[in-house]
Amino acid sequence: MMQEADTKFLESSFKKYYFNHFDQIKVPDRTNEREFGYQKFNSGMSRHISIKDDKELHLLLIQNIPSDIYCSNAYYSFPNLPMNEKDWREADLIFDIDAKDLNLPCRIDHTVSICNECNNISKNSLQCTKCNSSKLEKKSLPCKNCIDASKFEVKKLSEVLIDDLDIDKDNIHVYFSGNEGFHVYAYNSQFQHIGSRERSELVDYILLRGTIPETFGMKKFKQDRTSFPNLDERGWRGRFAKHIFGSKSKRSKIITELLANGYSSFQKTLDDASDDIGVKIDPNVTMDIHRIFRLPGSINSKSGLVKTHCKDLARFDPYTEASFLSDDSVEIIANCPIEFKLKNKKFGPYNNEKISVPTFAAVYMISKKFARIA
Amino acid sequence: MLELGTDEFAKYPFLEGAGKILKDKGFPLSQFGNDPDLKPVVEKAVHRLKVSTKGGIYKSEIIDGQASKSFILEKEIFSFLLAIVLIKLTGMHTLKKRFALAEARRAENHLEKDLGKASDKSKVDLAIRIIYDLFNIEVVKENDFFKIPVSDYLKHSVDFHEREWKLINRHVEDGKVLLTPDKTVRLIRKELSTYIISKISNAPTPPMISGLEKIVSELTSIGRDLTPSYTVITGEHPPCIKHAIEILEKGENLPHSGRFMLATFLLAKGQSVQQIAPLFKNAPDYNERVTLYQLNHLAGTYGSGTQYSCPSCEKLKTQSLCFATSECDNIVNPLQFGRKKNDARS
Ligand code: SF4
Ligand SMILES: [Zn+2]
Ligand SMILES: [Zn+2]
Repeated sequence: MMQEADTKFLESSFKKYYFNHFDQIKVPDRTNEREFGYQKFNSGMSRHISIKDDKELHLLLIQNIPSDIYCSNAYYSFPNLPMNEKDWREADLIFDIDAKDLNLPCRIDHTVSICNECNNISKNSLQCTKCNSSKLEKKSLPCKNCIDASKFEVKKLSEVLIDDLDIDKDNIHVYFSGNEGFHVYAYNSQFQHIGSRERSELVDYILLRGTIPETFGMKKFKQDRTSFPNLDERGWRGRFAKHIFGSKSKRSKIITELLANGYSSFQKTLDDASDDIGVKIDPNVTMDIHRIFRLPGSINSKSGLVKTHCKDLARFDPYTEASFLSDDSVEIIANCPIEFKLKNKKFGPYNNEKISVPTFAAVYMISKKFARIA
Repeated sequence: MLELGTDEFAKYPFLEGAGKILKDKGFPLSQFGNDPDLKPVVEKAVHRLKVSTKGGIYKSEIIDGQASKSFILEKEIFSFLLAIVLIKLTGMHTLKKRFALAEARRAENHLEKDLGKASDKSKVDLAIRIIYDLFNIEVVKENDFFKIPVSDYLKHSVDFHEREWKLINRHVEDGKVLLTPDKTVRLIRKELSTYIISKISNAPTPPMISGLEKIVSELTSIGRDLTPSYTVITGEHPPCIKHAIEILEKGENLPHSGRFMLATFLLAKGQSVQQIAPLFKNAPDYNERVTLYQLNHLAGTYGSGTQYSCPSCEKLKTQSLCFATSECDNIVNPLQFGRKKNDARS
């Protein structure tokens, strides 16, 4: 748990944000059908709350100064009743893409372990190098590569949603999660009413998981060259063809190879393709129809950054566009081994030093447990 | 509803309106018990039923939906309706189930043929409309394929466990799944028999028809032979829970309300999600990830920590999950089963 001075500091910084940026934080459509929940610093979660409008939301923010506030993607008849009495009606489709799930090579450069016993920071992910405790917490400051790779997954996801599943481009909203990834919402689709088992099938479709060779042209018996996909086909067959053949001119030669390698080797090719071209969404998030998600416009207490709507994803830079806290300087003791950039200023690395930094940077490091108030 | 001719009713005798044909003829039910002219209809009805109890599909006299003489068509329709009357008179659940399943298969064959008739648009349209009217799925024909909205496809295919039915193994385009006629029909197989079962269940039970007593008692004993007799396990679980476990162990489908009851009961008894999950392994639609998710959700492992409670006996009665015995002895929740003696003191 954090020391009290740190909590107080975060709380007052968050309060200032919520006070000065009311315009950023809006209730979602059909507000009164949603469930809200929030967490205060160093305390448990309050759920099953219903809210009428922006005014009520702002009141809640100012009165409680939550460290995190959430809202359901589901719509209920009675959002404030206990879960089994809420009467679930429908839910927006929702996807979570997180840089930490993408197996990126850069991760190791900016991930460290903080010991829960002695606060020692090290690269060893199994054991504290100082006290040997195994109670470690991984902390990462995502780099530009992490953000770019996540954006690329969002782009792939949008393609599948639009081309295959006929979801209107305007109904797809992308948000920076406030930490290491993106949340993608799809509104008003034909999938509003489907349950978690059906959503799990959609997830496998998007991940390109559970494929059988026949779907992509390979048969056990009576093999047939013409059943392999063409590069201009739509859906996963087309994407797979582009991935595996590269170009039209190579198609024939590669089919010959695939046929020679046989059926079970083709299954392996498909499973590999899932890792290479499948969209890396978190399956549990999409199939959960009772979850509550960070409210757009609110601060993520894991970083002090705001969950921000990305109107132009390609240009979006979370380190300038999602940092809204003040520039007032504060004295902290920083033990932050990773260099980072916020609002176009470089910070760190710091080795247990007393420094004076702007509030937004102090909040970032304190949230990540890389600093404390001096 | 659809405007249909007798040949269509002969293929799909479960559709609304088939009964009217019989009524228009003016035969009262009692006439089937003694009119020698109607004897062939009675024989056909019995045959239809018996074939279904052996798991077969009765072969009708109509060939590819056409029959030369109109009385053949009428015999088709009447024998179906009479079979339902006979099932009602026996009161045997097993007969109802087997008959519905066989009739669903038969209708499935006709639907598939009708959908595949590229040359006869009216037949295709009829099949499409039946699917829409009965199951609310909008099917659109395009070239040799039938397009179904992905969400509708998922609702129906989610119970299938063969990998080829996974969405990823289907041709998906513009929010639609493209299917061949046979797959289109296969998709609604279960609903088709459910539909026929509910038709039979909702039909009124007439008084015994004199002259048919012997037939009814013969059918009753066939039905009885098909009903599995359970050996009573003496244990601490109440009958509703034992029954649910038996269904799962046989690999049969337990409705969601039943799974909810079973899971919440066992969780309340202190079993862990890991202990409970294997029980569902035999279910026809088993999916490990989904099962764990659902169990964890019920157990309140996620988010809110809300733990769901086991439904009351009253609720379970309305869901047809209660199989009360004298041992239940007026308890209000299955969790109280066997605790009666202790409670007497307090
Ligand atoms: S009375 Fe209650 S405990 Fe007994 S079988 Fe019915 S539901 Fe189960
Ligand atoms: Zn330590
Ligand atoms: Zn990185």
